Amino acid sequence: MAFRPEHELHRRRLGRNLGVSLALAGFAALVFAITVVKISGGGLVEGYDHQPRASILPQAEVRP
Amino acid sequence: MTDLSADLGAGSQPREAGFGDYVLLLKPRVMSLVVFTAFVGLAVAPAGVHPVIGFAAILFIALGAGASGALNMWWDADIDAVMRRTRGRPVPAGRIEPGSALALGVGLSGLSVVMLGLTTNPVAAGLLAFTIFFYAVIYTMWLKRATPQNIVIGGAAGAFPPMIGWAAATGSVGLEAVLMFALIFFWTPPHFWALALFMKDDYSRAGVPMLTVTHGRRATRAQVLAYTVALAAVAAGAAALGLGGPVFLAAAVVLNALFLRGAWTIWRRDEAAAEADGYAAEKRFFRFSLLYLFLLFGALLADRALAALGGF
Repeated sequence: MAFRPEHELHRRRLGRNLGVSLALAGFAALVFAITVVKISGGGLVEGYDHQPRASILPQAEVRP
Repeated sequence: MTDLSADLGAGSQPREAGFGDYVLLLKPRVMSLVVFTAFVGLAVAPAGVHPVIGFAAILFIALGAGASGALNMWWDADIDAVMRRTRGRPVPAGRIEPGSALALGVGLSGLSVVMLGLTTNPVAAGLLAFTIFFYAVIYTMWLKRATPQNIVIGGAAGAFPPMIGWAAATGSVGLEAVLMFALIFFWTPPHFWALALFMKDDYSRAGVPMLTVTHGRRATRAQVLAYTVALAAVAAGAAALGLGGPVFLAAAVVLNALFLRGAWTIWRRDEAAAEADGYAAEKRFFRFSLLYLFLLFGALLADRALAALGGF
């Protein structure tokens, strides 16, 4: 069976669909990145795992 | 900034739109200037922002500018079809339906304003919303076809991006932001009227009351010189008021001297001389106007970089 050559219209539609897909994927990635920055305030995010750890304990007073 | 990129496909048969046609609808060349000036506004602001937030802010400002460009192309499709410079644009060329251009413009307007507000602050989002409204409604729908001062007042829309960038970083509008606005505001008339001088048949054919059509070419040449003098004064005032530093001062002196010389040349010429050399001086002045703005705002960036390095 001979394949029919791809019409120029299909190539154009493929290009358009790929462009929209990439734009949407980029937007989703950007929103995720913004969310991480907003939540963490630029620092590392530590999830609470029900275990006490040093970083969440009150700061000990430092005497001179 | 004017968009000279839309002649692609002029005269060809209408075909189904590709992704690139939708990109053209956002006036990418105008967006490049918006990106640059908004970035300078954000970078020279005293408050630093996280790189991701800064990137997103610039992107949403550019998207807002693109949205207003799409709304402009939707509304102006009738006159774009008449003008040689614009008849290849996606809507007049028949590649994109006017309704699609409107939908894209409205959709991206809402998205860009909401996302800028969520990413940065309400002041920046409000300024972006006002800019889109100003360009799409005040300039495109009202002033452009109503008054030869369309370029002067409408130019304000192009002057907002550095102010929005500044607001995105600081949450307010400072003196420096107003000075950057003023620089672009006074730069726009000579930039656009130089184009109108050598695109002379386009605007009269479309019935747009460009200054060259309503007041004649002699008056336009005089206005180019007048606004260039005003621009030089604004640039000098901006440097005196503390915008930028030594690099900006040096750039302002050199660039304004060259810009004034070009405007003077245009003012001295008559139509016969311009016709004889194919409007070479006007075209040179137009090209230099683009370089002028990039270098002047680039100087602000350079000063900021020097300050960060502790040089000044």
